[in-house]
Amino acid sequence: MDTYVFKGTVTYTVFRYLFNQFVSLTTTIGDMVRYGYRVFKHIIKGNVDKKVLIEQCARFGVSSLPITLSIVGMSSVIVSMQVAGEMVKQGAGNFVGLLVAMLIIREDGIIMSGFAIISMIGSSLASELATMRVTEQIDAIKVLKVDPIEYLFVPRVLSGVLMMPLVLVVASVVGIIGGGVAAHLASGLSYKAYFDSVYRGLYLKDMNVAMLKAVTFGFTIALVSCTCGYKASGGAKGVGQATTKAVVWSFVAIVLLDLVFSIMFFF
Amino acid sequence: MSIEVKNLIKSFGKNRVIDDLSFKVEQGEILAIVGFSGSGKSTVLKLISGLIQKDCGEIITTGDIAMVFQYSALIDSLNVYENISFALHERKDLRKKYTEKQIKEIVREKLGLVGLAGVEKKYPSELSGGMQKRVSFARAIVTEPDIILYDEPTAGLDPMSSTLIEDYIVRLKNETHAASIVVTHQMSTITRTADKVLMLYGGKCVFYGTPDELCRQDTPYTKQFVSASLDGPMKMLKG
Repeated sequence: MDTYVFKGTVTYTVFRYLFNQFVSLTTTIGDMVRYGYRVFKHIIKGNVDKKVLIEQCARFGVSSLPITLSIVGMSSVIVSMQVAGEMVKQGAGNFVGLLVAMLIIREDGIIMSGFAIISMIGSSLASELATMRVTEQIDAIKVLKVDPIEYLFVPRVLSGVLMMPLVLVVASVVGIIGGGVAAHLASGLSYKAYFDSVYRGLYLKDMNVAMLKAVTFGFTIALVSCTCGYKASGGAKGVGQATTKAVVWSFVAIVLLDLVFSIMFFF
Repeated sequence: MSIEVKNLIKSFGKNRVIDDLSFKVEQGEILAIVGFSGSGKSTVLKLISGLIQKDCGEIITTGDIAMVFQYSALIDSLNVYENISFALHERKDLRKKYTEKQIKEIVREKLGLVGLAGVEKKYPSELSGGMQKRVSFARAIVTEPDIILYDEPTAGLDPMSSTLIEDYIVRLKNETHAASIVVTHQMSTITRTADKVLMLYGGKCVFYGTPDELCRQDTPYTKQFVSASLDGPMKMLKG
């Protein structure tokens, strides 16, 4: 009777939910490490289906570009519009480009690109693999004695590693140019003054760290999304749950990784 | 080229789905595994094909295994040609065995065998259920398997398509001499294809014999199954 009453309480429900989430998280992390290791081994051995890799690169890089450029471009325009007027008034107009460039290269470009890629590509990878799982397509691949990790994970994860830096470079360039246009329109700051200060704000170390972040984020987003999709179960509801899980955990993963990078390189 | 299952046990949580099951399928023989929904039929196929792991017992298979899935399980991003040639292109031991020209010839031959010549460029979504099933047949036999597992091959098909599929199962047996297991609950599939019948209930074998013996309804189990009656020793499983 006491047990029955306890199980009906909010405390029990909350703890039970948290416990289930914790178990689910640790299981997924374990799966990710296992699959990540196998993906790495296949890449080292050169077991990459080039046709599928090209398809996935096009999907990761080209398809995601419009939304990534819009998000990174708009966020830098917004920042530039808000700070340029005030900085020019305070006599710091020569630092507007530096501020925008540093913000985009160090943080804004990669985080905003990551969020855009997760929403667009991560969710699509997870739902694709989850659908394949619940419709027994992955079982069919296994019965045909083809390694699903090699066939499904390797080209997708590798395309993330290869394309994310490219997306970041294009998005950052668009973001910096957009910031310059916004600063000019908002405060009358000359393009020369803006781009001179951009040049002063670009550090090689920042760009190297940004590239390293891009490679890591591309790998992580693709691996988390593929793992969540691959482990899906239970029909249409399972596909939805796997997609949500992939998006949420990819967000959490890249924010945590960003923190780690900040501590490692800028603390 | 045979399948031997000894004292097989499989549970999901506290639910024992397969309980001490033993049987043997010889080369060129078709065994129909029958039973009501939830009796563990498909689980047996998944255990034999290695998709899930057994808890106890032995599964001895000699030869290459292929499986035809209940809902075809064709890879929907690939067209018919790419689906059928999938194992020849992607399987490690077959990857470099054939040239593209040879693969094209093999695919053409297998499609001809299932009566679907000329649909190579179509995608699974452009095919009817019966055609998808036949493409999945072609995909299963492309590697010349020694053991073929069919999971409800005629489920959801109209009577004529069912007859067509049943004929293919028999034809494949005669041409490849593969040991086959057909999971079904359709009487026409049992009588037209099977050499032996094994009836499962609660994960246990409650009948093993020929299709004729099944139709004679000598036991309460066979009587209830053939007459599709709700009264009898087998109770419909909940859920």
